[in-house]
Amino acid sequence: MNKFSWYEATSIEDALQQVNSTVSEELYQPTNKASVFKSGGIDMFDWIKEGLLKPQKIINIRNIPGLDIISYDPKRGMSIGSNVTLADIASNPEVKDHYLALHQAVNHAATPQLRNMSTLGGNIAQRNRCWYFRSADHDCFRKGGDRCSARQSETGENENHAIIDNGSCVSVHASSIATALMAFNASVVIINVEGEKKKVTMDDFFVTAGKDIAMENILQAKEIITEIILPAPTKNTKSTYIKQVARESYDWSLGDVAVVFEVSGNTCRSASIVLGAAAPVPYRSMEAQRAIENKTINSENALAAAEAAMKIARPLAKNGYKVPLFVSTIKQAILEIS
Amino acid sequence: MDTRKEKFPYGIPGHNLSEIEREIPIEEPPVWPVNDKLKIIGKRVTRIDALDKVTGKAKYTSDVRLPGMLFAKMLRSNLPHAVITSIDISKAESLPGVHAIHLIENVQKEGEENKNGKYPMVKYVGQPLGGIAAESLEIAKDAISLIKVNYEKKPFVIDIESAMEMGAPIVFDEPITQQEDGGDVGEVHDGSKGEGNVRGPSTSSFFGGPRGDLEAGFKEADVIVERTYRTQVHTHMPLETHGVVVDWRPDMMMVYASTQNTNAVRNEMASIFNLPKSKVRVFCDFMGGGFGAKHSAGSFGPMAANLAKKSGRPVWLMLDRQEEHIAEGNRPNSIQYLKIGARKDGTLTGIEQRSHGTAGVALGAGVGRIAQILYPCPNFATEQYDVLTNAGPGAAWRAPGNVQGAFGLEQAIDELAEKLGMDPLSYRDLIDKSEVRKVERQRGAKLFDWSRRQPAGSGKDVVKKGLGVGQSTWPRFVTLDSSVEVKIHNDGGVEIRSSVQDIGTGTKTILAQVVAEELGLKVKDITVNIGDTFFPVGPGSGGSVVTGSITPPTRNAAFEAKKELLKLVAKKWETDVVELFIEDGQVGSNKNAELKMPFKEATKLMRTSQISKIASRSDDYGGFQQPWGLAYGDLGSVQFAEVSVNTDTGFVKVDRVVAAHSCGRPLNIGQLESQINGGVIQGVS
Repeated sequence: MNKFSWYEATSIEDALQQVNSTVSEELYQPTNKASVFKSGGIDMFDWIKEGLLKPQKIINIRNIPGLDIISYDPKRGMSIGSNVTLADIASNPEVKDHYLALHQAVNHAATPQLRNMSTLGGNIAQRNRCWYFRSADHDCFRKGGDRCSARQSETGENENHAIIDNGSCVSVHASSIATALMAFNASVVIINVEGEKKKVTMDDFFVTAGKDIAMENILQAKEIITEIILPAPTKNTKSTYIKQVARESYDWSLGDVAVVFEVSGNTCRSASIVLGAAAPVPYRSMEAQRAIENKTINSENALAAAEAAMKIARPLAKNGYKVPLFVSTIKQAILEIS
Repeated sequence: MDTRKEKFPYGIPGHNLSEIEREIPIEEPPVWPVNDKLKIIGKRVTRIDALDKVTGKAKYTSDVRLPGMLFAKMLRSNLPHAVITSIDISKAESLPGVHAIHLIENVQKEGEENKNGKYPMVKYVGQPLGGIAAESLEIAKDAISLIKVNYEKKPFVIDIESAMEMGAPIVFDEPITQQEDGGDVGEVHDGSKGEGNVRGPSTSSFFGGPRGDLEAGFKEADVIVERTYRTQVHTHMPLETHGVVVDWRPDMMMVYASTQNTNAVRNEMASIFNLPKSKVRVFCDFMGGGFGAKHSAGSFGPMAANLAKKSGRPVWLMLDRQEEHIAEGNRPNSIQYLKIGARKDGTLTGIEQRSHGTAGVALGAGVGRIAQILYPCPNFATEQYDVLTNAGPGAAWRAPGNVQGAFGLEQAIDELAEKLGMDPLSYRDLIDKSEVRKVERQRGAKLFDWSRRQPAGSGKDVVKKGLGVGQSTWPRFVTLDSSVEVKIHNDGGVEIRSSVQDIGTGTKTILAQVVAEELGLKVKDITVNIGDTFFPVGPGSGGSVVTGSITPPTRNAAFEAKKELLKLVAKKWETDVVELFIEDGQVGSNKNAELKMPFKEATKLMRTSQISKIASRSDDYGGFQQPWGLAYGDLGSVQFAEVSVNTDTGFVKVDRVVAAHSCGRPLNIGQLESQINGGVIQGVS
């Protein structure tokens, strides 16, 4: 770990004045002179300890007032400040009442200790967990290198990796909470140093590897997430979330599915189906959505939707198991709605 | 030697509890009755250090901070096989805060040319090459990254099957030997035999080697199961990593160690640095866990000592998680071929076992002795091979070899039962002659409700249930070189001293229980000072030897100390010492109920400020260590597991486990349950 200076930001403006880079930029092209944000610090300190990130200054945005509020309005929906901890979301009754899939996702994320420390902004902005990306001893396109060890069919350890959109990078996004947020059509509110505010959907917040190998989201150096907004549910909104893990107590997702339906009776009127740990960013399966919309929610239709989602899957040498895993999990999630 | 005859409780309570007569030396204390008649032994006693542990008050080796102490980091190879041509430490040396650098070099005999080069050949990623001590761990890490090691790469092999192929890169081109460390009761095979990377075989057994006639046995068989089973490598990962703090003072080397064996570390450090044992003190107060890989000083122990010597300061050297994974031991994998024959009626006619396993650059990848002993079979042979690979060394791991061996054997027995059309539990009743396991099967099956078990294919749901049973055995060992000092101070305090360490299973607590029971005191009245080699030598925490080795001398020492104290009381009361006893903290007399004296008062009668008695583990007096007796085949465990398998996703969930274990006289029920729970959890995870 290198020596760095510590700056305690007192306001959003103050923080944006201090910052000059992002963790992603530094990982792609290290200058070792960066001033970067730290909120919960969960992801950032891993990079620093591995020696892959050597910031000159850490700007602590964790204590900026006003970013740790959850509010709910039946008409406007829910706003979750970027510094709200996962533990606070996990125990929030309104999240449970109105956004069940999010409640489930947060309660299955990480460990109780980590949920106490980590913030929602940091969670959705964290980098992927590909062990080659995170190893100082390995090359990686995302670190500006010219080789992907994970993809190698003989030697690549890719059992946890992507089965969809894995042409440029085979990693999967690390946030399983983002799977649920995207299914609820949540938006991310970002402010830049000029004080301009923009609101982007989760679908637009994440950046595919094919578009930009250095990034997993659109955040730029002089920008900060202030809140995440979830639209108000209707009385016909139903949701569920399932995460498949090797170890039940706490583990990274091998495949997670969030489903948010507008239903009338037992018919799906509109579907939002998002897959986590399937692709380098949370993956909205338009195929599955189309397959189930305006259909009765039953075993046969759920299976058809699940299979439709997996048509585009292109597994690697060691992650073929994810295809039947997703088929089963998508089907189960859809059936849980009914 | 004057002896007397005593009757000991013997057998399984609720089944066949009886008495067995032994002739024992006259000075041995009287036999303790069964636990029901004791006050503290066999009860749920809270760990004496529970609060200290859960509040963080307990100081572990990694918590040790000494004045002027430096922090050290190891330099490790990041290549699997290479010759080191040079190491440039100039940049690291000049980094402010760096106090000492030590590189591991080949020992060069005077007047001889060092044909192996200056530095040892690199054989695996993570091999220690040197170390740096600095004013902070961060500086030490930075300094390590400034060392430039120049390598000449060599071809390497890291998986067992490639290593066995003709023309595979050779890991060692010479015969190798390896000493068994400390309390490691796992077998290290002979590394001088064999070809290429394959060493062995070891064909030894408890009874000297192969027995009977395998070929004839298989000819007799109506049914034969022939299978190959595989188990994977496990790394240890105790909560506290390996490490030491070495304070090399002018008069003595003080070593704080996270170790399962203070005594072995003391002996090793004394030997390496040519010091008398009396000048090396190893101390382990609280132990953050160990599963067999913490019996020795490792390479980090001598490294910290060398850095302490060079810098003239105490040196802290604890490893990090990554180092634990790559370099500090693992349970080797196994590929086990098993051929088992049986007659139609189930009688076993032959067991053939052939195993290969890799402990990386080390030996000791056998599958133990379970196949030869669990089910008596007249015809048996085993061949166990070690395969060398360019990977970190294996180490003893909870019943070394046995776990792999039990997995293979019990799978094969299940398959045999199926072929014979028998229920796997009743088949074991038929072929297992152990009375202990028979009772375990009966009691376990009842708790588990084995009768629910359905034939294969009965479940129609996506999630299928499986009910299974597996058995194991482990010999009973004791370490006779186990000693304890019990002191009664003249302020009423009682102290236990031994070098034995508490690995975390509660050794401190059971020692206090034993002494409290003997002295008629409470557990909280007893101070336990152990894990210090300045005290009488205790056993290493390995091989399941500790409790059986250290509690008998603890009781004997307490008994002797009590006798001496009671003599003083007898003198004062002008009565015979044999009438006296201590109960609930009071000295009393069998003859005269009027006579009472608090324990603390009694200690004031002492002429010296303390009574001190040291006792060592006695013999078993014709005890248990005989073939097919309690010591070998008869003990063990039977476990039942209920498992769900999602046939769509492949996810396996262990729903329930019932574990029946033989354990001798249980000393502390809570700790015993914890130990079994820990084993089961570790087994399924």
